[in-house]
Amino acid sequence: MLLTRPGATPAAHNWRMFFSESCFGITLTRSEVLSWFRIQEMFRFQSPRMYEIIASAIVVAGVSIAYIKARNVKTFSGEPITIPPKTMGRGIRYAVGGTIFGLGWALAGACPGPMFALVGNGVTVMIVAIGSALAGTWLYGVLRARLPH
Amino acid sequence: MCDLDLVGAAMYTKHLVMQSSMTDIASAPWPWYVAGPVIGLFVPALLLAGNRTFGVSSNLRHMCSALMPGRVEHFRYDWKRTGLWNLLFIAGAGLGAFLAARWGGPQPVGISEQTRLALTSLGIHDFSGLAPAELFTWSALLTLKGFVSIVLGGFLVGFGAAYAGGCTSGHAISGLADRQLPSLIAVAGFFAGGLLATHFILPLLF
Repeated sequence: MLLTRPGATPAAHNWRMFFSESCFGITLTRSEVLSWFRIQEMFRFQSPRMYEIIASAIVVAGVSIAYIKARNVKTFSGEPITIPPKTMGRGIRYAVGGTIFGLGWALAGACPGPMFALVGNGVTVMIVAIGSALAGTWLYGVLRARLPH
Repeated sequence: MCDLDLVGAAMYTKHLVMQSSMTDIASAPWPWYVAGPVIGLFVPALLLAGNRTFGVSSNLRHMCSALMPGRVEHFRYDWKRTGLWNLLFIAGAGLGAFLAARWGGPQPVGISEQTRLALTSLGIHDFSGLAPAELFTWSALLTLKGFVSIVLGGFLVGFGAAYAGGCTSGHAISGLADRQLPSLIAVAGFFAGGLLATHFILPLLF
C-alpha cells in the first residue's frame, strides 16, 4: 500500500494495492491467526497469543488513527481522511449479528480474511466455506428489511 | 591472540544469529509482538493509500453484488466503483498466503499442550496443518462434523458479518481502534458466539 503514489491512475493504483496487499496474506499466514487450532486455543483461554496479537493490533491502529485525526493527516493524493462512524440504532444488529458471526468463527475456525488466505495456503475446501459465507451474506440482503437493527 | 579469538567467535556467533533471524522472518511463525503491530498497521496504511477502511467482510457484499444482485436492494450499487480495490485486496491476500506457504512449507501450529489434549479428546489427531484434516478436507465435507464446520460455519460467518456490519477486521481491529461503541458490542457478540460454539456445540458434534 505504501507503493501508492499521488497521481497514480486508478488501474495502476489498484494493481499496486493488489501487489502490496499480498502482504496481508503473508501476515495472516505468518501470524497463524488463520489457523483453526489457534482459534480453538483462544476460545479455550489456553494461550495469550491471539489476545496479544489482537490487543497490540488495536493499540497500533488506535495510536495511528489518533495521530491522523490530531494532525489532520491527508491521504497520499491529498484528500482529507474520514472514517465513517458506525450508526448505533438500537444496537440489536451488533449484539445478534456479532453472536451469529462468533458461532461461525469458532466452527469454521476462520473469519472472512483468513478463509481466502487458507485457500492460498492449500486448504482448498475453504472455497466451499467462502461460498457458504456468500450465501449467508445474500440471505441477509434478502431479509434485511425484516430484521431488527 | 586470545582476545582476537574471542572477537572472532563473537562475530561468527552474531553472523549465525543474524542469518537465522533473516530466514525466520521469511519462513517461521512471527512472535505476537511482530504479528499484532503489522496487522494494526494495515489500518493507517489503507487510510493513507486512499481513505479505505480496513474491513474484509464488505468483500462478501461486493461479490454478491457482482455475481447475483437479483432484485435485492442491498446489492444494487456500483460494486466496481466502491469495491474493486477491496476485491483485489482479498485476491492479494490469497496470493500472499500462497507465497508464504511456499516459502515456509507446511508446519504444525505450535498450540499449547492443553489445547492439544482437549482437541485429542474430541477426536482430532492430525495436528500437521493449519486446520485439522478430520474437518477441513474435501472428503471430510461429506461427514456431519466436516459439513457443520465448513458449510454451516461459513454460512454463519457470512450472515453474521453482514448483519453486524463487519467482521474481525472491521469491528475488532478498526472499530475498536477508532473507539466505536457499536464495535465493542459486536466484539462482545463475537466472543459470546465463539465460546458457545467451542464449549457447547463442538462437544456435541464429535
